[in-house]
Amino acid sequence: MNFLWLIPLLPLLGAVINGVLGKRLSRGTIGAIASGSVALSFAISLTAFLQMLRLPEESLPIVQNYFTWIQAGSFQATCGFMLDHLSGLMILIVTGVGFLIHVYSTAYMHDEAGFYRFFAYLNLFMFSMLTLVLANNYLLMFVGWEGVGLCSYLLIGFWFKKQSATDAGKKAFIVNRVGDFGFILAAMLIFWTFKSVDYVQVFTAAAAMPADQLGMIGTLTAICLLMFVGATGKSAQIPLYVWLPDAMEGPTPVSALIHAATMVTAGVYMVARSAVLFDRAPGALLVVASIGAATALVAASIALVQTDIKKVLAYSTVSQLGYMFLACGVGAYAAGVFHLMTHAFFKALLFLGAGSVIHGMGGIQEITRMGGLRKEMPWTFRTFLIGTLAIAGVPGLAGFFSKDMILAAAFVSPNFGKILWAVGLIVAGMTSFYMFRLLILTFTGRPRYTHHDVHHVHESPAPMLIPLIVLAFFSLVAGYVGLPIALSGTHELIGEFLHSGAPAPDGAEHVSVALEWMLMSASILAAGVGAFLAYLFYVLRPDLPGRIASAASALYSILTNKYYVDEIYDAILVHPIVVAAREFLWKFVDVLMIDGAVNGIGKSVRSLADGLRQMQTGYVRTYAGWILFGGVVIVAWFLR
Amino acid sequence: MIELLFLLFAAVAVGSAINVLVQKHVLYSSLSLIVLLTAISALFILLQAEFLAVINVIVYAGAIMVLFVFVIMLLNLPADEDGADRLRWLKLIGIPMGLFLLLMVARTVWRVEGTAAAPDLAGTPQAIGASLFTDYLLPFELTSLLILIALMGAVVFAKKEL
Amino acid sequence: MIPLNWYLVLGAALFLLGMLGFFLKRNVISLLLSVEIMLNAVNLTFVAFSSHNGQISGQIFVFFVLVVAAAEAAVGLALVIAMFRNRETLNVDRSNLLKW
Repeated sequence: MNFLWLIPLLPLLGAVINGVLGKRLSRGTIGAIASGSVALSFAISLTAFLQMLRLPEESLPIVQNYFTWIQAGSFQATCGFMLDHLSGLMILIVTGVGFLIHVYSTAYMHDEAGFYRFFAYLNLFMFSMLTLVLANNYLLMFVGWEGVGLCSYLLIGFWFKKQSATDAGKKAFIVNRVGDFGFILAAMLIFWTFKSVDYVQVFTAAAAMPADQLGMIGTLTAICLLMFVGATGKSAQIPLYVWLPDAMEGPTPVSALIHAATMVTAGVYMVARSAVLFDRAPGALLVVASIGAATALVAASIALVQTDIKKVLAYSTVSQLGYMFLACGVGAYAAGVFHLMTHAFFKALLFLGAGSVIHGMGGIQEITRMGGLRKEMPWTFRTFLIGTLAIAGVPGLAGFFSKDMILAAAFVSPNFGKILWAVGLIVAGMTSFYMFRLLILTFTGRPRYTHHDVHHVHESPAPMLIPLIVLAFFSLVAGYVGLPIALSGTHELIGEFLHSGAPAPDGAEHVSVALEWMLMSASILAAGVGAFLAYLFYVLRPDLPGRIASAASALYSILTNKYYVDEIYDAILVHPIVVAAREFLWKFVDVLMIDGAVNGIGKSVRSLADGLRQMQTGYVRTYAGWILFGGVVIVAWFLR
Repeated sequence: MIELLFLLFAAVAVGSAINVLVQKHVLYSSLSLIVLLTAISALFILLQAEFLAVINVIVYAGAIMVLFVFVIMLLNLPADEDGADRLRWLKLIGIPMGLFLLLMVARTVWRVEGTAAAPDLAGTPQAIGASLFTDYLLPFELTSLLILIALMGAVVFAKKEL
Repeated sequence: MIPLNWYLVLGAALFLLGMLGFFLKRNVISLLLSVEIMLNAVNLTFVAFSSHNGQISGQIFVFFVLVVAAAEAAVGLALVIAMFRNRETLNVDRSNLLKW
């Protein structure tokens, strides 16, 4: 198992080759290098995963330490990778979905001037994400964490000549930074408490500590809350989610890979990895669950009224991430990661499908100008339909099982479990509604675009369609690893697979079969209601949306303006900082004080020299006078 | 008795030195300098440095001052004064400073104790020669080199065209 | 026997007068004369010390001072001639080009 280091290193190599030599290589070569390195990574990940499955439970996790990175006194941080069930699953998802998106991008980005740059950044991202997932200590994870943030910035601002793209890149990076600050504080606190940042050492030490009480903020709760701050930044939860909708400025494959399947899930991964810590901090868990639920609700409500195809999917991503945190918050980490996996499949599918639509429509992204595309783009329509069914929670597809697992865990959770479940159910209904709305408006009905706008709507080429089909397949079948006990009668495979070894939260009721059936029926009902409403609003009675919008115009404008959150942040945070920086730091400190001091030194030396040079009068007699003066001084000094 | 002689020659020396400064025409200044040299030679004799006294007159007064006078005559200088003195303030500052220096030196020097019984020292040519050609032979040879260089330099500077 | 410090004070006074002459006179040749006065004062001091300490080396030093004074006077006067040829004046204040 000592080839783990190849997994992140191969994409890094691809990034270096493409970045340095890319200008001289042909498109085919660049695409082959980039996709090939990820494919090799996937093959190696699969090999490692299969090898790991054959090992007994006790020999996990497999830790490979490569070199000592920092050695300072009693603090030591190594560069090492750890393979266990959780990280094994993650590397498969990351490399697998990543490979499909790389293939897709070779066709999607074919006409771009910065083709090689795109793939260099994409490979660099893969490297960072794999480092994040495979790291065996918090410090190395942070390296990967920062790396994915950097690549996100580079890729969002890929079309750097576009002002809105560069602004969005900056916004993403800066908002992420706020979260990263929380992460760093958490890492420091971990070191201070446990004298180490290594996972194995920290978790064994934490398992021996008593749990914090619900109301008080002990050390463990503080650590977990700070880590969650980092997670809200990276995984776009309240209050740091504002960058994700803007990140849609980047190319669609970027949105699919980074902002749906992998980077935004880093926060969920971190919480799941630190389950031992979170289980002993019930206050932190409650915060996680509440924020997850609240984010899911808020984001879904905004998605109801969006008209840009990518923005709908962006808010949907935020909402689904909320689900994942809701799961972790009630102690069901396995459910959260399960949803992470299924979400990776169907959200990537949806985004790639949207990319296919945009590609076929020549760049148009507004669904108000689409319609009836299923005739021109049949395969895109079919795969998009499967994705929609999956995310809406239609029984039999992947999303249904993962969502159901989360809702069941929420329902039986002791702290406000029923409320969380109710919120989750409402969000499920809203999800179904807005996804079917998207599907109907984009693909069915009469075309709302003129032939003048869009010259030739065409289906996408094979390299774009094949990944769609593969992802659709997984969206269909991936759910079956998580069959609840009620249906399968045997074990819940994924739940046991990801069993973190922590006991269930206190007071959790056992989920009986009857309860399971009831909850499943409730979520099927919610999904059905949502779908029906979408059908009603957009097929049967198309006048209804307009009438409801004008009737509840205040609420409607709040939703379309995303609750004015960006404007509020701008007024409270951004504007004062900009003013302070400009007026105080720049004009006063920099120009007056620092420049003044530096220039002042120059000026004073100059004036001193100006004064001193008057001594050189040119008259011999004054020189003699100076000599006499000097002689008098010296004699006076020695003869005093 | 000997103190009187000392005081006489000292007064002549100081007086002629002041005269050097006061005279307007530089020729009169050089003549005053010759008087000063003679007074100094007399004081040398009082100090039993006969050889040096004679050398002082022959070389200094006899050769160097003649050279000065020669050059003055050659250049045919008029009386001094070439417009108003631009550096008048030097007089105001310099004279007090100089007097201050003199007072300080004199105050210190006054406390120097000479030896009670002066050893008998003959400043005869034999004594000087014995020391000069044994202990100080190297500087002696070097001074001949120095004079050679000065000779060459003077000739070069004074030529009309090189 | 005349006390040593009388000679020393006399030497100091002569030195001072030479110094004053150096920066009060404007004629270059007067400057050279003032330098000669200073050298003579020094000679006097050396001989006084030599006589009172019984060592001949003071007088040897006077010998050398004399040699150097001669050389310096020769070269200095050559410079004076050169200067006079170029400027038609012996006012040392006129030679002030080497200023700021």
